[in-house]
Amino acid sequence: MRGAIVRALTLAVVAAVVVALAFELSDYHKGLAVRVAIYYIAIVGLNILTGYTGQISIGHGAFMAIGGYTTAIMSFYHHTNLVVTLPLSFAITFGCGVAVGIPALRLSGVYLALATFALAVSVPQLPLKWSKWTGGSNGLRTHTTPSNEWLYEVAWTCAALAFVGAWLLLRGRTGRAFRSIRDSELAAASSGISLPIYKTLAFGISAAFAGVAGSLFVLVTNGFAQPNEFGVILSLQILIGAAVAGLGSLWGGLVGALFVGLLPEISSSVPVLGSGHGQDVVFGLIVILVMLLLPHGVAGFLRTIDSRFKSAIKSDPTAS
Amino acid sequence: MATAISRATATRTKIGTGASLPVVLGILAACLFLAIGSLKSDIFAQQTVAGLAQGAIYASLALALVLIYRATEVINFAQGEMAMATTYIAYQLTLWGLSYWLSFFLSLVIGFALGVVVYGVLIRPVQHRSVIALVIVTVGLFILIDGLVTWKWGADLKFMPAPFGNHVYRAGGVSFAQQDIGVLLVSILSVILLWVLFRFTKLGLAMRAAALRPAAASLVGVRVDWMLAIGWGLAATLGAVAGLMTEPSVFLTPTMMQPILLYAFAAAVLGGLESPAGSVVGGLAIGVFLNLIGQYVGWATSELRLPIAFFVLLVVLLLKPNGLFGRRQVRRV
Repeated sequence: MRGAIVRALTLAVVAAVVVALAFELSDYHKGLAVRVAIYYIAIVGLNILTGYTGQISIGHGAFMAIGGYTTAIMSFYHHTNLVVTLPLSFAITFGCGVAVGIPALRLSGVYLALATFALAVSVPQLPLKWSKWTGGSNGLRTHTTPSNEWLYEVAWTCAALAFVGAWLLLRGRTGRAFRSIRDSELAAASSGISLPIYKTLAFGISAAFAGVAGSLFVLVTNGFAQPNEFGVILSLQILIGAAVAGLGSLWGGLVGALFVGLLPEISSSVPVLGSGHGQDVVFGLIVILVMLLLPHGVAGFLRTIDSRFKSAIKSDPTAS
Repeated sequence: MATAISRATATRTKIGTGASLPVVLGILAACLFLAIGSLKSDIFAQQTVAGLAQGAIYASLALALVLIYRATEVINFAQGEMAMATTYIAYQLTLWGLSYWLSFFLSLVIGFALGVVVYGVLIRPVQHRSVIALVIVTVGLFILIDGLVTWKWGADLKFMPAPFGNHVYRAGGVSFAQQDIGVLLVSILSVILLWVLFRFTKLGLAMRAAALRPAAASLVGVRVDWMLAIGWGLAATLGAVAGLMTEPSVFLTPTMMQPILLYAFAAAVLGGLESPAGSVVGGLAIGVFLNLIGQYVGWATSELRLPIAFFVLLVVLLLKPNGLFGRRQVRRV
């Protein structure tokens, strides 16, 4: 009960902060906040697949690329309303996720990691091949470029929807099925959980989240969809964001998104690192340190502290 | 956990190439096809030799991945970036006035040290954790190396002195670039040296023992940790060769090894991921296959090289998950 109240309070505080920031932030910082929201959506998506269902993916940048190009193509050729392209890219990337999930049923562990990595490397090549439609390496531009203010509202609404959607999905029957697959596929299958259905479902939903994130990502980069924006590094950043914060925690995703979204900004103001690509150095170092020191990410670390604190109170005879 | 252990022992007990008769026959048939094609057509011959040269690079990086996977069950996603970093070090050495080949060998030594340090500092502490943790550590290393190199040398194109010159040999109407021949020879030579080390020296024996039966090896006095570290070092050295041999054709950028890494993954999986011989055959096969398909299939333009490699990888994983040279894994529950 106490946990539920704490959680509801945190939710209220985060929501209040997000709404309050809408009035406070400058245009530039709103752009940064939009990026955080985008990373959060993608990280929640990856968390459903990797954190809750135990299927590793290094290929979520590929789904973001598909979502992003969906938005750009619909807007460029059909002048579709930008908000309408979001559910559309949700649907399309859901289909792509299921399509990837079906062969992925036969892969596990390192093999799945290899295959999804290859997916992340090869998908950005496709717009180069069909450059007549996609603009090749110059990219494709949406017919209007939304303001950062508009984006802030849309992106954080999407982030809130992603959180609530993921929470509803994971707390019930489906979430239990996902977690049991993660913990033991054999035990899950022998208690009547259909591995093919739930694994492809996890792939589809996870990819769909990444797709929406990709659409917003195109909008925040001035409406440009370009192949090199969706390179391998993007996929790696999302995976790292999910892992640093702790896989299997929706709250942790917010920490991961803040980390991935704001680190370049913070590290560029540090004197020595500021020039060049210092942020990647910090990024890599922090990731490795977190993995070596906090095996379950920041969220897991907080959980451990919390439980130690509680057990310390319980075992302390003077406390009662 | 029990599954993991029984799988580990099941895979670790096998020694040898593990190629079955149909696979050997298939490879012979492919060689015959290439030989006849090369005799019939000059362009075919040129593309085959160029493909073998590129394939030899994929093969050395794939062999590096397989060595590490066999020894420590880690897929090193940073293998390509480590190779890229050592190539930049060689570049820096040539800037300081050293000759190309002196820089080449010095950077191999530095690569070896890098491999040993990476194993000791980053991999050993997380070695027995989940696959996901291992993947993320190597991915973190990927980004760290990428950042360090871009920070130090910048992202723009750099040029090293050409190691082999631009001479073109002609033999019966077919022209072979000296560079292709040189790349092929250096890569194959380094693979053979490594094989000799593993097959005929006491150190090689100890390293194989440490990889296949760590517990038994440590009982007979093999220092398993050191052997695994040397294995990582050798893999990094081989990767450095791959990086230096990639440089003449694409020049130096921080992203130069990313496509090569994917080809090497495809090669390693084609060979069975646990078979050193398989990874070499797989690398050569993929190099030749991609070149010939690019030459003779109209829609397979250069942009599709990576997606086709991905497709090969996926097809192998789905149809023959143990590759050409791997053996079926027995999985007990």
